[in-house]
Amino acid sequence: SEMSFEWPWQYNFPPFFTLQPNVDTRQKQLAAWCSLVLSYCRHRKLYTLDVMEAQESPVFNNKKISRKLSVEAIQVVFEELRKKGNLEWMDKNKTRCLIMWRRPEEWGKLIYQWVSRNGMNNSVFTLYELSNGDDTESEEFHGLEEWMLLRSLQALQAEGKAEIITMDDGKGVKFF
Amino acid sequence: MDRFLWSSGLLEMNETLVIQQRGVRLYDGDEKAKLDVGVVLLSTHRLIWRDLKNHECCMAIPLSQIIFFEEQAAGIGKSAKIVIHLHPASPNKDPGPYQSSKFSYIKLSFKEHGQIEFYRRLSEEMTQKRWERTPVSQPIPTGTGSQAGRTRAVGIVGIERKLEEKRKEMDKNISEAFEDLSKLMEKAKEMVELSRSIASKIKEKQGDITEDETIRFKSYLLSMGIANPVTRETHGSGTHYHMQLARQLGDMLLAPLEERGGMMALTEVYCLVNRARGMELLSPEDLVNACKVFESLKLPLRLRVFDSGVMVVQLQSHSEEEMIASALDNVSEKGSLTSEEFAKLLGLSVLLAKERLLLAEKMGHLCRDDSVEGLRFYPNLF
Repeated sequence: SEMSFEWPWQYNFPPFFTLQPNVDTRQKQLAAWCSLVLSYCRHRKLYTLDVMEAQESPVFNNKKISRKLSVEAIQVVFEELRKKGNLEWMDKNKTRCLIMWRRPEEWGKLIYQWVSRNGMNNSVFTLYELSNGDDTESEEFHGLEEWMLLRSLQALQAEGKAEIITMDDGKGVKFF
Repeated sequence: MDRFLWSSGLLEMNETLVIQQRGVRLYDGDEKAKLDVGVVLLSTHRLIWRDLKNHECCMAIPLSQIIFFEEQAAGIGKSAKIVIHLHPASPNKDPGPYQSSKFSYIKLSFKEHGQIEFYRRLSEEMTQKRWERTPVSQPIPTGTGSQAGRTRAVGIVGIERKLEEKRKEMDKNISEAFEDLSKLMEKAKEMVELSRSIASKIKEKQGDITEDETIRFKSYLLSMGIANPVTRETHGSGTHYHMQLARQLGDMLLAPLEERGGMMALTEVYCLVNRARGMELLSPEDLVNACKVFESLKLPLRLRVFDSGVMVVQLQSHSEEEMIASALDNVSEKGSLTSEEFAKLLGLSVLLAKERLLLAEKMGHLCRDDSVEGLRFYPNLF
């Protein structure tokens, strides 16, 4: 499915791989990078990234034009993603991170929309049912990693649209 | 004082120096002699007085001429003196500083003391009368600095005289050398004048001379020196000098600036200006200061300092917008450019080409690709 990913035009523009000194230019460049990283991770269903591994991944390394984003620049892009709420560092040294191509609130909204659409308010689901059940197979949140699903439901709970409950063999959720 | 004879100041073969004392003024009787303070020397044969600065000024009296001498104590504001009474001068004596004198005695005034010792030694010599026992081999030479005197130079006085002669010779050589240099500069000024008058004649008769000839002559002028250079000498120092200089730079830099696309690095300007000036070279500091007043004098030139610290002189008409636009046009046309490529395209130095690209980048028209292949500039597509 690597082939089916559509790279943005910037990907083949050599200056894209040099952190621009002009502030305005850099802002636009970083916005393009954030968008590329998120859409790429979404396409590949990636939930965590390792900075060192990332440098070798096609997203930061365009072999066709022999340009590679430096580790420092990758850190800058990641920091930008963190500020936008799409990334969380997993360690103090910032070597690994959680990447959230949708923020928990966005996921929560999608799940709640599906629940409402199917008239399943006031129903109880296990977390497994939601992410791996047959009913959600065609939904975007199908296959969502459990930590991400839990975060999304927590966001809904904060809005008063759901309640996370403890069940015998794990966690469940009741939508309102 | 008329008893004194001019002397070379050199001692004779059998003559020995007994004592010498600095800071002694001579009195003709009770009157101060028209001579500066000097050194008085006592030899076995003579009493010698020599000027402190001008060693050529030296005179002597044979001790045999002394009748007697006495001390005169010092008083308030008065130095201690020795009064020496003398036999009258022989009518056919050799010349001395005084042709005649109404006094038959002289005084030695000791400004720097030493009169007690001098008096004692003079008394000894006068009692011993050594000049009678060992007469000098030849009559005591007279006449100022005769050749004979020089060749027979002995003792400290001789060495001193030799040194003095050497110094004088050197002084003469140095001043002769500088005279040549100032003559050369005078000639250079004449040449500049001449070329200026030819230049103005060419201007008057522009039709009669081909453009080619004019240009060739112009280049000769440039390599020789521009007309009437403004120098610190002619225009004092400080701001006034820099203003005059700025005006002159304004005149002479216009054409070269236009040839070079409106901008020259300050180092390049420095070389060009000093080459044109020939003799009256400018210091880098004066050049910078002159360039700084371009704006206040409303001259069509500007000194520009780039962010990197590189300084250039540019035409005022050569606006930033134009520079940026031309950089963007060239980069867009070629897709991307390095500083070197851009420099070649515009016939600029690489340094200035880079400054222009950086400026366009700063304004957001260009962006960079910094890779192992070098620094390239692209149109800013972001």
